[in-house]
Amino acid sequence: MGDRVTMEILDLGKDDLRTINRRLQKRDGEDNVSDFEVINPKGSHALACGLMHPINVTIKGHTGYYCAGMNKEANITVEGNAGPGVAENMMSGKVHIKGNASQYAGATSHGGLLVIDGDASSRCGISLKGCDIVVKGSIGHLAAFMAQAGHLVVCGDTGADLGDSIYEAEIFVKGKVESLGTDCEEKEMNDERRAVLADLLNKAGADDDPADFRCYGSGRNLYHFKIDNAGSY
Amino acid sequence: MCGIVGLYIKNKDQRSRLGQLFRPMLSEMTDRGPDSAGIAVYREDSSTDGKLTLYHDNPDFHWHVIADEMESALKTPVTEERIASHAILRAATDPSKMREWIDKTHPEIRVMSAGRVLEIYKEVGLADAVMERFGVPQMAGSHAVGHTRMATESAVTTEGAHPFNTGNDLCLVHNGSLSNHNRLREWLRDKRGIPFKTENDTEVAAGYLTWRLNEGASIKEALEAGIKDLDGFYTFAVGTADGFSVLRDPIACKPAVIAETDDWVAMSSEFRALADLPGVDKATIWEPKPGTVYTWGTA
Amino acid sequence: MDTRKIRESATFPPRVIAEIQRAAAEGIYSIRGSGAKRPVPHFDDLVFLGASMSRYPLEGYRERCDTSVTIGTRYAKKPVELKIPITIAGMSFGALGANAKDALGRGASMAGTSTTTGDGGMTEEERQSSKTLVYQYLPSRYGMQPDQLRRADAIEVVVGQGAKPGGGGMLLGQKITKRVAQMRTLPEGIDQRSACRHPDWTGPDDLEIKIRELREITDWQVPIYIKCGAARTHYDVTLAVKAGADAVVVDGMQGGTAATQDVFIEDVGIPTLPAVRQAVEALKELDMHRKVQLIVSGGIRTGADVAKALALGADAVSIGMAALMALNCNAPLYEEDYEKLGTRSGACHHCHTGKCPVGVATQDPELEKRLDPEAAGRRLRNYLNALTLECQTIARACGKSHVHNLEPEDMAALTIEAAAMAKVPLAGTDWIPGQMRL
Repeated sequence: MGDRVTMEILDLGKDDLRTINRRLQKRDGEDNVSDFEVINPKGSHALACGLMHPINVTIKGHTGYYCAGMNKEANITVEGNAGPGVAENMMSGKVHIKGNASQYAGATSHGGLLVIDGDASSRCGISLKGCDIVVKGSIGHLAAFMAQAGHLVVCGDTGADLGDSIYEAEIFVKGKVESLGTDCEEKEMNDERRAVLADLLNKAGADDDPADFRCYGSGRNLYHFKIDNAGSY
Repeated sequence: MCGIVGLYIKNKDQRSRLGQLFRPMLSEMTDRGPDSAGIAVYREDSSTDGKLTLYHDNPDFHWHVIADEMESALKTPVTEERIASHAILRAATDPSKMREWIDKTHPEIRVMSAGRVLEIYKEVGLADAVMERFGVPQMAGSHAVGHTRMATESAVTTEGAHPFNTGNDLCLVHNGSLSNHNRLREWLRDKRGIPFKTENDTEVAAGYLTWRLNEGASIKEALEAGIKDLDGFYTFAVGTADGFSVLRDPIACKPAVIAETDDWVAMSSEFRALADLPGVDKATIWEPKPGTVYTWGTA
Repeated sequence: MDTRKIRESATFPPRVIAEIQRAAAEGIYSIRGSGAKRPVPHFDDLVFLGASMSRYPLEGYRERCDTSVTIGTRYAKKPVELKIPITIAGMSFGALGANAKDALGRGASMAGTSTTTGDGGMTEEERQSSKTLVYQYLPSRYGMQPDQLRRADAIEVVVGQGAKPGGGGMLLGQKITKRVAQMRTLPEGIDQRSACRHPDWTGPDDLEIKIRELREITDWQVPIYIKCGAARTHYDVTLAVKAGADAVVVDGMQGGTAATQDVFIEDVGIPTLPAVRQAVEALKELDMHRKVQLIVSGGIRTGADVAKALALGADAVSIGMAALMALNCNAPLYEEDYEKLGTRSGACHHCHTGKCPVGVATQDPELEKRLDPEAAGRRLRNYLNALTLECQTIARACGKSHVHNLEPEDMAALTIEAAAMAKVPLAGTDWIPGQMRL
């Protein structure tokens, strides 16, 4: 009987992306290895995308585009920065970026939790469909553009046009909002919202006080085509 | 669509390594641009000679004859140095005069760049091959700007490759696609006398900046004016004799990332192009804001 | 009154006057379904040069004329194998009802070809009834689920469609039922706004990286198509190849939609005829013809259209509106319901209302009862068979043992426009406008 493997190290300096992704996707069959470390990522794209099992993956360094794309169930940590589209279309699980995230962080994601310790760039949470995103730093413009469901929490400031054309997702901001997008308005911070926010901050390991945040959501004026809103389309 | 990179070496002691540090940056962008590659290098020459980088597709082109002719015409000694399909001509005179003379008497020769410190090398092919051919990895200098091209609307030719140089020591590389360049080209060409050699949208942007600079704007002012006048999607990296600048359009969909240490500042379309720079692990890394001009250098 | 003296304006005919007055009343653009209705140069203006003294025909039914085609040979481990060179184009569940999607799947499977999902994702009915299912990856990403992506036989990245190159999806509130809303993560009954650009990439340089991600997620097994509405087709196809596509889908302006602005449908995009030729030219320049497959759509109606598209160099065609018509779209049934919509069978384009009289483009369960998936599936299978037989008939008459061996030289053009667009000589001459003969 062999020793139980506790942590498997995958090296992008030695093996190619295909080999490493297939291993993380467990394409050759399930086994009992549940902890992985990926070294030498050097900004590679599509790293740890399409994962399907509740495994832990730590990426030691910076990643390129679409890291953890379409994640299902896995718990992925990037000890560095992430390029555009991190955790795009995630369905469940957790993605934690210790550095900064580039554009489109969490784009169109349906579920799970995306935590960014640093800043996120523009279009954070674009087309959000149910995932929860917590950014401890600040974010860029057009965040939560057409966001349909889920939550975006920002402990720092936001850029211009926050929540433009937003549907039913909600945004919590502690810092300054540069400007609100079309049909996005401030909402009352009631107990229910405070509870949701407290839970998200807790899950993200942030110790900010929910009382310091404001809430933003849809004005619902664009839900039906009306001539008076023609300028907003 | 393309990959762009820029490297400015702040620490003068490191400037001998410019080409060596630059090579892997451009090489990483090959996937984004397999059609052609171009490099603008700012070599610190102690002389203040006018310098042209020229191109002709005939590998046995008689550059020395051209140099002799120019010498007679401009009444000043002209030296020539061949580098693969390109050649560098130097003379102690205004580079604009040199460029005008070539355009008038030898339109079959393509002027890649004119200026005092700038050299531009560009050719069809993959980045590594192009850099090897011109000896880029061995070059020293203060800064370099590079581009790998995936042609969107104009032809895949050497002339169509970036960087574009339309004014002395000015170069421009562009990732994105402009949408109002045709009418702008017509106006700049017919009403402001800016010459164009290609159908390329980036050449129009370069010509626009040259026009603004000719009118007395600084590079920062010229780029800021461009935010209003140039329509489309772009990340621009601009090189001038003294440094370089980066600008993203207000919508900012095309990628850009910047890293800076005490020794250097570098920008790229993708982080992986910066991943091998010395000290990048401790560098400040950020993404340029939309509609904001960032400038580095002695200017 | 002397009616002989009545003269309508060609610039302001009654139809245009009515539209101006509608705009004056409503203050917004007119939205409708279907494709471009105005006449444009099309396959009708090309004819085949059947065999005679210099070329010999194949016997019908006895001498083989092969129709099979493989899509996605460039990179995919499991390319898509089709028995016929005709596929069913992407149409959403939401735009169409569940019965319609089911019928399309049944018919296509019986004929040995594929269907395609649309905006809103994959329904279980379609995955079950469709033996080969192409999964559309659109700007909206409504209902985009990686598990469904992994169950697809191919992925079609949608940059645009022929009815509205540069526009996004549209679905009006009357069709956003509970089920549709749930699939798309939208509130029930609202008018869906859709993105016109993908949320996480812009440009072919980024698309190349996105395609790599899609391949990594699907283990490089399935082909990836890129679909564009016909506009700057030469550049689009070139860039699709450079971005790493296994196949390119080009949809001409006659291509349909369930809902978009009328001006988009009629005034944006180029016809299918020049688009096919430009696409093939682009592939040939890159030495990728037949290596990256080309599927064309937009107004394919008969086996002659199929043959002409293939003769110009396409590997296959895709049908949307014609497939729906095989199901019953615009059939002369339930005339009083067409009238209630302000139209009649044969002219209906009211998909956007959700009140499809024949139960195809609707979410209303009462109307859906008018479409029996089994019977409709058989009708589609019959139609696909007829298209294939017609195409084979023509191919045999031109001496071809495989429909892919049809060439532009097998055709002549009847109009100068068609000759110029298709680069096929005007009948009786060797003149192609714009081309110098050396």
